[in-house]
Order: sequence, then C-alpha cells, then structure tokens
Amino acid sequence: MNTVIFRTIAPIIVAIMLVFSVYVCLRGHNEPGGGFIGGLIAALAIVVLGISSSAAEARRALHFDPLSIAGAGVLLAGLSGLLSIFNGNPFMTSIWLYLNIGGSIVPFSTPMVFDIGVYFVVFGTIASITLALESENGEEL
Amino acid sequence: MGPNIDASIALVAVAPFIAAALAPLLHRFTKPLSGWVLALVPAAIFVFLVSLIKPVLATGMISARIGWVPAYGLDLSFFVDGLSLTFALTISGIGTLIFIYSVAYLAGHPHLGRFLAFLMAFMGAMLGLVLADNMLGLFMFWELTAVTSFLLIGFDAVRVVARRGAIQTLVITNIGGMALLMGVLLVHHLTGIWALSDLGVHGHALHENGLYGLVLACFIIAAFTKSAQFPLHFWLPNAMEAPTPVSAFLHSTTMVQAGVYLLARAAPWLGHTAAWTTILICFGGVTLLWGALGSLRQTDLKQMLAQSTIASLGLLVLLIGLGTETAIAGTVIYFVAHALYKAGLFMVVGTIDHEAGTRDITALGGLSGKMPVTFAAAVLAGLSMFGLPPTIAFFAKEEMYLDLFAPHWQDLSVLAVLIAGNALLAAVGALVVIKPFIGAATSTPKSAHEGSLGLLAGPVVLGFASIAAALSLGWFGHTVLAPAANAILNEPIESHLRWAIDLGQPVIWLSLATWVLAVLAYRNAATIHTMLRRLDTALGWTADTVFDAAMFGLIRFAGDMTRALHHGRLELYLVTVFLMLALALVVPLFGLGAIDALWPSEQLGDWSAKLAWLQLLPHEWGVIALALAGLGAIVAAPNRLYSILALGVQGTAVALIFLMFGAPDLAFTQFIVEILSVVILALVMTRLNLDKRDHRPFEDLARDGTLALVCGVGVSLLLMVVLTGTLDTRLSDFFIATSVPIAHGHNIVNVILVDYRGFDTLGEISVLMAAGIAIMVLLRNRRKAILAAPFVPPTLVVPKVKPKPDKSAKSASASKNKAAPKPKSAVGKAVVATSPEAAVEPARAPRRKRAAP
Repeated sequence: MNTVIFRTIAPIIVAIMLVFSVYVCLRGHNEPGGGFIGGLIAALAIVVLGISSSAAEARRALHFDPLSIAGAGVLLAGLSGLLSIFNGNPFMTSIWLYLNIGGSIVPFSTPMVFDIGVYFVVFGTIASITLALESENGEEL
Repeated sequence: MGPNIDASIALVAVAPFIAAALAPLLHRFTKPLSGWVLALVPAAIFVFLVSLIKPVLATGMISARIGWVPAYGLDLSFFVDGLSLTFALTISGIGTLIFIYSVAYLAGHPHLGRFLAFLMAFMGAMLGLVLADNMLGLFMFWELTAVTSFLLIGFDAVRVVARRGAIQTLVITNIGGMALLMGVLLVHHLTGIWALSDLGVHGHALHENGLYGLVLACFIIAAFTKSAQFPLHFWLPNAMEAPTPVSAFLHSTTMVQAGVYLLARAAPWLGHTAAWTTILICFGGVTLLWGALGSLRQTDLKQMLAQSTIASLGLLVLLIGLGTETAIAGTVIYFVAHALYKAGLFMVVGTIDHEAGTRDITALGGLSGKMPVTFAAAVLAGLSMFGLPPTIAFFAKEEMYLDLFAPHWQDLSVLAVLIAGNALLAAVGALVVIKPFIGAATSTPKSAHEGSLGLLAGPVVLGFASIAAALSLGWFGHTVLAPAANAILNEPIESHLRWAIDLGQPVIWLSLATWVLAVLAYRNAATIHTMLRRLDTALGWTADTVFDAAMFGLIRFAGDMTRALHHGRLELYLVTVFLMLALALVVPLFGLGAIDALWPSEQLGDWSAKLAWLQLLPHEWGVIALALAGLGAIVAAPNRLYSILALGVQGTAVALIFLMFGAPDLAFTQFIVEILSVVILALVMTRLNLDKRDHRPFEDLARDGTLALVCGVGVSLLLMVVLTGTLDTRLSDFFIATSVPIAHGHNIVNVILVDYRGFDTLGEISVLMAAGIAIMVLLRNRRKAILAAPFVPPTLVVPKVKPKPDKSAKSASASKNKAAPKPKSAVGKAVVATSPEAAVEPARAPRRKRAAP
C-alpha cells in the first residue's frame, strides 16, 4: 500500500473525495445523497489518507479531533432544531430561506443545517474509529 | 391571608429545600450560631402554619396548586386539613428545636454544614409528604424522605454499622416506596383521581372493586415498611446509628410516622373493611408487644427508646385499625403526645451520652445532681411516657380505652393488648428517666456535667408543651383533635375531652391497672431482661440475620448472573445474538403459521405466476451470479483476509441489485459501507492480532453454519411472506404527496431522514456518536493492556506473540512489497509493533508527557 504511485495520487483522490462528499451532502434534498452518505465518503477519504501516509499524518491534516467533529455535529443538528422555537413553532419545525445570491435563488433551510450535522457526526465517528485502528501503537488516540 | 395563601403553602414544602442548598454556606458564616439561624426556617413555617389554623377550622381545607405536567393533568398540589396541619405543626415545631439541638450536639464536627443541609432537606420532604394533595407528589416526597434519611443515618459514613443501617433503611423503605407507587397508580386507574382531597369524597367505590385487596396490600406494605411494623421492624433499631438529633427527629415525629400518616390518610376510602381492621389490629398489636418487650431487652438507652418507638407505632396502627371515633381521637392525641415525649427523651439521652460519655443504662446512675435541668426535662417527658395526668398523654390513654367495653372477645383482647403494651411502655419510660439519674453515682467515661443551652432547650420546651396542651385541653380538643380526627373519619366530630376524673367510669380503673402493671414491670425489669436475653439466644436468629442473608444472596446471585452472561467470549456473544435472531424468525414463521401464506393450498397450480420474477435480463443474472460467487468465496476462502474481501464483493453485488431495482440512495450508501467495512474489518483483524486462519473445530463450524443457514433462510422466508400480503401504502402515499409542497425536497428518503423523522435521526446520530466513543474506549483500553504486557513473565508472552510478526512480515513482503528491504506495509508494521518489546518505549513516551504538566 505504500507504493510511490499511491502515495503521490492519494492526496488528489482525497481532495476529490472530500469535495464530492460535500456535493453529495448538499444535493441530498432533491437527488440521491445526503448527510449520512456524504459523511461516509468523507470518512473514506480520511481512511485513504491514513493508509497512504499515516494515521498521525491524517490526524494532523484534520486539525480537529474527529470525535470532537462528531460532537459538534450532534450539537449542530440539535441547535438547528431549536431555531424554530424563535418562530414559536415546536422543536424541529423546518424554516426555509430563499436568498438571492448573484442572481440565482439559493435555498437555505434548517433541514439542510441538520443534514450537515449528520454529515459531521458520521464523518467524525467513522474517521475516529478507523484512524484509531490504523494508528501506531505508541500514538495517542 | 387572602389569595396569597396558595403560593405560601407550596413554599412550606419548597422553602426547606432552598434552605438546604444554602445551609452549608450559611453555616460557614454564622458558625457558632448556625443552628439558631437555620432554626428560623422551621420556626417561620411553624408560625405560618399556626396562622392557618383558623381558616382550616372555618373551611375544613385549604389547597394550592402549581402546574406540574399539564399535558397529563398532573399538578403539584398541596392541601391543608386538620390531619396534615397536625403533622406539619409537629414536624416544623420539633424541627425547630432539633436544629438548635443539632448544632450544640455536633459542635465542631467537620461536616456539620452538610449535616444541616441533609436535615433541612429531610424536613422539607417530610412537610411535602404530609401536605401533598396529588398522590404522585406524595410518592415523590415519600421517596425523598427515604433518600434524605439514608444520608442522615449514614452521616457517620466511616463506620461500617452506620453505612449498614443506612443501606438497610433505604432498602426496606424503598420496598414500601415501590408498593406505594403501585398502590397510587392502581387507585388512579380504578378511580381516575390523583388528588387525595377528592378521594376522601369519591373514594368509596374502591371497596366494591375486585382489586381492592391488591390496593390495600400495596398501601399496607408501604405503611408497614416505613412505620417499622412487625416483621419489617428491624431496620429501625439499626437506624439508631445516626447521630442522636437525627434519631430524635426521625423516630419521634417524622420518618416513621409517615406510614401512620398514610394509613390515617387512606382510612376514609380504604378503611372500614374486615381485611383492613383485622390486618391493622393484628400487626399493630403484635408490633406493640414485640417492641415493648424488645425495649426491655436492651441496656443501651437509645436502643430502648428505638424499640419503644416500634411499640408506639404498633399502637398507632392498631388504633387506626380499630377506626372508632374514640380510637381515632386516641390516635391523634397519642401521636402528638408521643412526638413530644419521644423527641424529648431522645434529646435527653443524647445529652447524657454527650456529657457522660456513655448511654449504657447499667453504667449510669445518680446524674440528677450533676445534670439537674436535664433531669427535670427527663421527668417531664417521663410523666408523658408513663401517661400521668398533668400531661396530654394521659388523655390519649383514656381515649383509647374508652370504647372497648363491648362484651366481645375481640374488643376485650384488644383491650388486654393495649393495657399490657401501655404498661410495658410506661415501665420503659420509668427506667429511662429514673435509672440514669437516681441512685448511687457511677463513674462515667467523661465527668458528667450539665449540657449547654442548645442541648437543654429542646427537651425542656417539649416537656412543658406536653403539659401546656393538657392544661388548655378545651383549646387542644377543638383546634387540633377535632379537625384531625374529622379528616381521618371523614365525618364531623366534636372533642369531648374534659378535665374530670370520674371514679364511677371504668376507664380510670383501667388506667390505674396500667400503672400498677407498669410499676410491677419496672420492679422486675432485670428479671424480664434476663428472660428475654435467654429467649434471644435460644432463638438463634433475628429478622436482621434474614435480611443479611437475603442481601448477600442477592449480591452473589447478581455476581453469578453477570459472570454467566458476561463471560467475555465474543464468539459466544455472537452465537447468542444469532440464536435469538433465528428464534425470532422461526417461531412466528412456523410456530404461528405465518409460512402458510407462501403455499396457498387451492392455488398450487399458479406457481408460474409466483416465479415471474425469475425472468431477468442477462446483466441482472450477472449481478446475481456475482453475489453468489462472493458468497461461495467467503465460505471457501483459505484465510480470513480473503473472506473479508469476498464479503465486500458479495455486498457490492447486493448494492448493485438495489441500484437496479430502484433504491439508488440505499445502493449508494451500501457501496460506501461495503468499502468501509472491508477496510475496518481488515484493520481490526490485523490490529487485534486475530489468527489469519479460522481454527474453529468441526462442531463449532457446524453450529455456526447451521445458525447462519437458519437465519438466512428465515429472513428470506419472512420477506417472501411479507410480499404475499398487500402493503399499507398510506404512509408512503403521504410522503410522495407532501414531500415537495411542504418539505421542499424531491428526494423522499432524505426528506424523511432530515425533516419528517428528523427527531429520530437526531437520536440515531447521538447513538452513533456514543457507539464511537465506546469503541474508542475499548481501543484505548487495549493499548493500556499492551503497555502492561512487559510486566507479565516473558515466558508466557513470547511464544504466543513472536511467531506472528515473522509470519506476517514474510507474507506481507512476499506478496506485496518484494522490492522493499524491510516490510513497511500497514499490516506488517502493525503486527510487528504489537509485540511488547517494540511497543513499550514509544507507547510510554507520550504518557510521561501527559503526566508532566
């Protein structure tokens, strides 16, 4: 697995996978995709990075502890549900905003924020498990 | 008063908890006087409750309500009637004195602040209990008294006996708590009422109900555990491990009286049946005699009082069971009288213990000269316990004897039990008051001297209160006795207490008989004591030993169960899981006849229609062939790594099937999951040092294979059965119709996940994260195990671990990395590093780093 070719190409694959994962996550509301599958793809990207270099390298690239990312995801998902309280609606009632950005209508919604939270949770959890399995014995987990 | 009474009643129950939270802080700033400061809280409550006497007399009842769970129609409601007012006044009044006494008694104790907080919370729980209107509120406060009394009894937690007493109290009273919860829910189920105040009016229907017996049993178990009725009485003497102020409070007027309160409260709608009367009279009578005799068996003053409390509780239960007007009047007067003298005597005993250093009755004597005020207080309380005229207790005794002259053997035997019990209790009272104070002075561990003001205030005030109540008999009868008895009987009654001793009435002769018997018992106390001791040793076991046996048995049973179920062998866990899955599939299919749907007997000729799905396109056949090939490869693979890869192939084929038959989202996810699971499984296999090959013996293989086949066939059959029925499409129709207009999304799967069922998803992602944390913990623990490995004798480790790195290194280099001089594949590296020698140094370095800052 540590061939020169793989090590050279891996960052490019990882980058493409990450961008693709975001694309899949965001288009999920209307096309096949969503936060769950997007998070899985992103986690897979980190796995590839970990195999090509090392778990420690992947961790450094992530900057945040993957479990913290998962925690932030749960928080984000929960908070997105709380927003409806300001409208006087029950927990998790969706709110939609259509913003006109540069001539095109871009929809923003609390389900989208929620889905991004799901993305982070799936990504963070799977990444932390796989990185822990990939990491060297002496490393901090 | 007016409208703000409502809030204030709730405050009576809530204020002590607020005070409890502040007590430690308050204690720190007002140290020597903290008892007096904190006593202001119960004192204020007492004064407030006194101001309620008039409205209660006028209207019969005041209630207050705070919304609690409005969705279920539950209110945190309180009410004050004669009964709860009597209890609440006694609790807050005696509570005031207890706080003053506690700080004097425990002066200088390092955890006094904490103690005061516990005591305050306990008092709040107790006040809430007697004021609660909602039965669930009653239950909540009931359990709060159990928890806070646990903290109080186990306050001296460094001593084993204190911890044991606390745990025993908690266990026994919680059995009652559970019974109470069940009883409360049953009552609500049967009547639809939560409020105790409504039950008094509408509760009579309970008597005719078939479940009356069960309701009665629940309430009686609750009351008997709390009020220490035979045979559940044994926790009370052990609870004496608490500091004396706690005993004085818990065992005179609060904790143990909660059961009496419950019975009195339930009497209007649960009582007046043969079962109620018989059970209460029998158990009450036995408890009365047992406790009174047990009291004479003791030599420790505090234990004597504890046992006599059991007897008094039995007496109260018996009187409630009798249920006649005079018996109920006797209950109320006796409750008040007992609370006054028992709290006083406990405090006196505590003072003796505090100043003389012992409370063994055989080691004490002649203290009256050294502790004259204490002696005076003891005499006042003793007069009450003996039931002599200038105290209110005298009238309690008169009342209870009053109606028992009917020429029935039942009445006469109850009368005999009452006289014997009262006489024995009077003898105990005489012993406690006379023995330590009169007679030849003995040498005590400390040189005895008079207690401080804080120690003396309580017993003296209580002693005078008892006499004051008797002197203002008309007032007492009108404002305390009549409303309380009225609440228990649920019919208006008038007090007929008078200061007239009519020698023509037989009652006074019965009182005289009681006193004569008491004097006889007092004179022969030593003989009775030895006889009871002998009986004890002859018996060999007590309820206490039974409790211990039950508790240790439970712990052993729990340990055995854990070891049996949690054996730590993954293989067997998996077998269990799949066995249950197989059962869950097979039992409904074959046992309940669901499988019949697959072969309709009349339509056997129609098989071709059922096989229509076999007409697939060539590429679809190809995918199915791929899945089958993957399956075959899993089974036939020479080692586990190949199996894992083959599993990925098979899963990908399944994902393709999903894709072809219209579930792109599912297929999409399945692809990624397959890749991830292959990667993770391969990592787990190498990281956890699993054998590369499957070494299961044939029996295990046969067992696992059978299970796998049963599960697989079962799932297939189940799906086929499901498909024979018509699917209810209402839900999916709704989603299809509303997904775009109200949820603004075309992908229904995703819209369901993030919008329609968003709350479910929130739960799921939380679980996912929790699972991730759990896995991380397991992996970290494993790392620690590796760290610990060098300390295991090397002969044990080396032969096991060493061959592996060699083998894997060889295979890794042979298969993938021929050019590299050293095997550096992830697999090879991982396994090499797990050998202890290699792991120790790098693994330890970061640890040290962590420890440094």
